[in-house]
Amino acid sequence: MYTVATLAILVTMALALARAVLGPTVFDRILAVNTIATKTTILIALLGFLTGRPDFLDIALAYALINFIGSIAILKFFKYRDFSRSGWLEPDAPHPHRMPNWMPPEVIEILDNNPDPEKHREGGK
Amino acid sequence: MMNMALDVLSWILLLGGGFFVFVGGLGLFRMPDFYTRVHAASLTDTMGAGMILIGLMLQAGWTLNSGKLMMILVFIFFTSPTSTHALAKAALFAGARPLIARREKSKEKNKLPDSDKEDAPS
Repeated sequence: MYTVATLAILVTMALALARAVLGPTVFDRILAVNTIATKTTILIALLGFLTGRPDFLDIALAYALINFIGSIAILKFFKYRDFSRSGWLEPDAPHPHRMPNWMPPEVIEILDNNPDPEKHREGGK
Repeated sequence: MMNMALDVLSWILLLGGGFFVFVGGLGLFRMPDFYTRVHAASLTDTMGAGMILIGLMLQAGWTLNSGKLMMILVFIFFTSPTSTHALAKAALFAGARPLIARREKSKEKNKLPDSDKEDAPS
């Protein structure tokens, strides 16, 4: 039973790795890497039981702690391009650090006309 | 008898967790949109990880290892929705739109010239 779960996790990690390579946006890649990290935590715990050495659980615990901090730090970097910026933005302020290199042009047009995403989602102008 | 029942229950949990993890990975690979991929990936973090870790806890019994597994489970249950929420918010903020919103926008663009013609004579 351990083997089946381990194989399922390995297949999932391969699929997530393919998504990380293929992913069109940077957020797809972050999502895939985050999934791989969570699966690694469970994989270490499963391998500890599979090989009869449950001491691996300490490593899994430390990996789960590091994983969360790392993903939040990467997200903050890609959102603000700056680790020292506060998360708060004025509601009507235009986004200070957009990433025009991967966005499709119609999205750039929408954002230029309409910097608040909530307004656009409601269909208002 | 009790041990047998616990073993069977933990096997069911491990197999179900493996199934959910695999389905979530398949969705992460096959889904058409970023937000639907977020949905598929969060499935592996809640159902898959939860069922596998609870199955391992049933195998470990009342030991320190079970407590460690419980700590991993609680930590994943708190941090996984947090990081998923931050990821979706960052993507929305950076301009990624859901697929349905993009389709509606293109439909509106197609309709716009007709409505202008209708408006012009009146």
